[in-house]
Amino acid sequence: MIRYITRRLIGSVFVLFIVSLVTFAIFQLAPLLSHTSPVYYYIGKIPFPPHSVQLKLLEHRFGFDRPLPQQYWNWLHGILFGRTIDDGTGDIQHCGAPCLGYSFRLNTSVTTLIAQAFPVSLSLAVGAAVLWLVGGVSIGTVSALKRGKLIDRVGMTMALAGVSLPIFFTGPILLLVFEFQLKWLPNVTYAGITSDPAQWLRSMVLPWITLAFLFAALYARLTRANMLETMNEDFIRTARAKGLSRRDVVVKHGLRAALTPVVTIFGLDIGQLIGTTVITETVFNLRGLGFLSIQSIRQQDLPVIMGVTIVAAVAVVVANLVVDVVYAVVDPRVSYS
Amino acid sequence: MSAEVIDVEIEPRKVPDAFLSVRELRVHFPTDDGLVKSVDGLSFDVERGQMLGIVGESGSGKSVTSQAILGLHKGSRAQGTGEIWLDGRELVEAREEEMRALRGSEMSMIFQDPLSALHPFYTVGWQISEAYRVHNKATKKQARVRSVEMLARVGIPDPDGRFDDYPHQFSGGMRQRAMIAMALICNPKLLIADEPTTALDVTVQAQILELIKDVQREFNSAVILITHDLGVVAETCDSVVVMYGGQCVERGAVDDIFYRPQMPYTWGLLGSMPRMDRTRQARLTPIPGQPPSLIQVPAGCVFNPRCGFTDKVPGRRCFTAHPDLGDAGPGHLARCHIPAPERLELFQSEIAPKL
Repeated sequence: MIRYITRRLIGSVFVLFIVSLVTFAIFQLAPLLSHTSPVYYYIGKIPFPPHSVQLKLLEHRFGFDRPLPQQYWNWLHGILFGRTIDDGTGDIQHCGAPCLGYSFRLNTSVTTLIAQAFPVSLSLAVGAAVLWLVGGVSIGTVSALKRGKLIDRVGMTMALAGVSLPIFFTGPILLLVFEFQLKWLPNVTYAGITSDPAQWLRSMVLPWITLAFLFAALYARLTRANMLETMNEDFIRTARAKGLSRRDVVVKHGLRAALTPVVTIFGLDIGQLIGTTVITETVFNLRGLGFLSIQSIRQQDLPVIMGVTIVAAVAVVVANLVVDVVYAVVDPRVSYS
Repeated sequence: MSAEVIDVEIEPRKVPDAFLSVRELRVHFPTDDGLVKSVDGLSFDVERGQMLGIVGESGSGKSVTSQAILGLHKGSRAQGTGEIWLDGRELVEAREEEMRALRGSEMSMIFQDPLSALHPFYTVGWQISEAYRVHNKATKKQARVRSVEMLARVGIPDPDGRFDDYPHQFSGGMRQRAMIAMALICNPKLLIADEPTTALDVTVQAQILELIKDVQREFNSAVILITHDLGVVAETCDSVVVMYGGQCVERGAVDDIFYRPQMPYTWGLLGSMPRMDRTRQARLTPIPGQPPSLIQVPAGCVFNPRCGFTDKVPGRRCFTAHPDLGDAGPGHLARCHIPAPERLELFQSEIAPKL
């Protein structure tokens, strides 16, 4: 088990290294392909004419004239150990690890921006995940057990609606009904869970439902399919032949096997959602990572884009790692193969 | 099996003397293509301490019969009629809750492929303990002690250590031993073994059969051994039911079936069985054709499309009249239009020399 985890850990570090290389390479490619100075993507404008001495000096000041490996190392060193940042006003600031750079457009360090946005995205993803996991798995299980009956058809029709309706449709509909018509949740703005839990909950309910509706539909279909397959397995027949109650057969033997693949997908989905819930965050005006990335892409704020990319990649890799470890626990056959 | 011939008109609801008595059992499955008559009018008895073999090709209704006895079809679309009497209790009409209480305690089952029949995510010991704890008030510790005892009984080395292993860590033979331990942990009076050796290699097969015979003697249980391997039947069973197309086509003591078989299908089965005790004379002769569709069963005798002896019966009766399961000797029944003395002679003159 320890060896297995160690192996996965080393693999994850390797993946993150590749991600950082690719992200850095894209950062280098963008100015090259658009024939502009990297300074443009760095501070948002080119204050001096192209090829002028002043521009060369500026590039030198930000280190763009150094060899690429050294630039990469500086950037990576900043993430791992911190580095000094020239904010352009003449101040040389120290930026502690993990230092993801400095956004000249927003006059803030990227780490600060992400630290503000991350809890929003995390709340959204985790809260929605709990909802869709409970909802999707229950609906899927009941549908599988009552296959062909009315409840199965209702469940699967809802699931079809869930996967078909885009978030930019369900989100505004929910807003319209609950915020504007019924006025149950008027004018809520996000508050941190630690500062105002009630307000946090109020602000999160609709985004959770919106996001969970889509994923619950996927999970209901997945659970139903797995459950139908599992209930035909020989070991279910064995469980019944032992004289177990229907409940034990379904829960202990059926669900236990049917949900194992769901665990994998669940971990990956949560990991992926952190940093990619762009539409939900936009619809509900939540300042999460998705919102931040869209904003920085619009403003061509490259340091922020890179930062968000790295954080999202870390989320996915960590989720993968957790899934691998959890999977080895739920499926005893894994660590041996 | 009792020596009396059981005729078709049995008085309904009369509690039979036999320990397990199956009477006119029918299991039908409605499907989109029509009604699948998996078992169609099957009767047999088994006493405690006896081993009954049910033989037949795939799709002849062997496994469906065994699952019907355990009531595993209850709650599905299957339609079961007829009577199954276990120790004075009727099971076909019993409620699911009553059946559940009997399953695993009074009667239990060993399945064909022990790898897929054991849950991959639970330890072998946990699964055996679970079978014990369903029917007995026992703490986890007591169940463990009992399970280790059973694992030792079925010949698992280091049973206490292997208790915590998962099925994939067991070999095929050990898995089947574990299945047997699980089936026997509540001392059932009836044990149904559904092709228990099919998924195992030959050396292990013999050990598993020996184990089943041993535990049968020890627990004095009635055993139904379902198989398509006549060699297994010859070695282990007291009596045999030969099934074809969901029906019993021949039934009798094991010697009757092997030395005085009276149904062309049984002849075919014997002819396709390799034998060590005879000099090799010719190739094995398989039965031509395919098992019948259970939706559109052939008119007349079910076996007529594959039978080589239909010309022995005048007036094409094999194709028009369904033969009854008729007397073929003491405790021996066969479903064939050819008169019994003629059948015996046919076997002696035409079939036996070729076996």
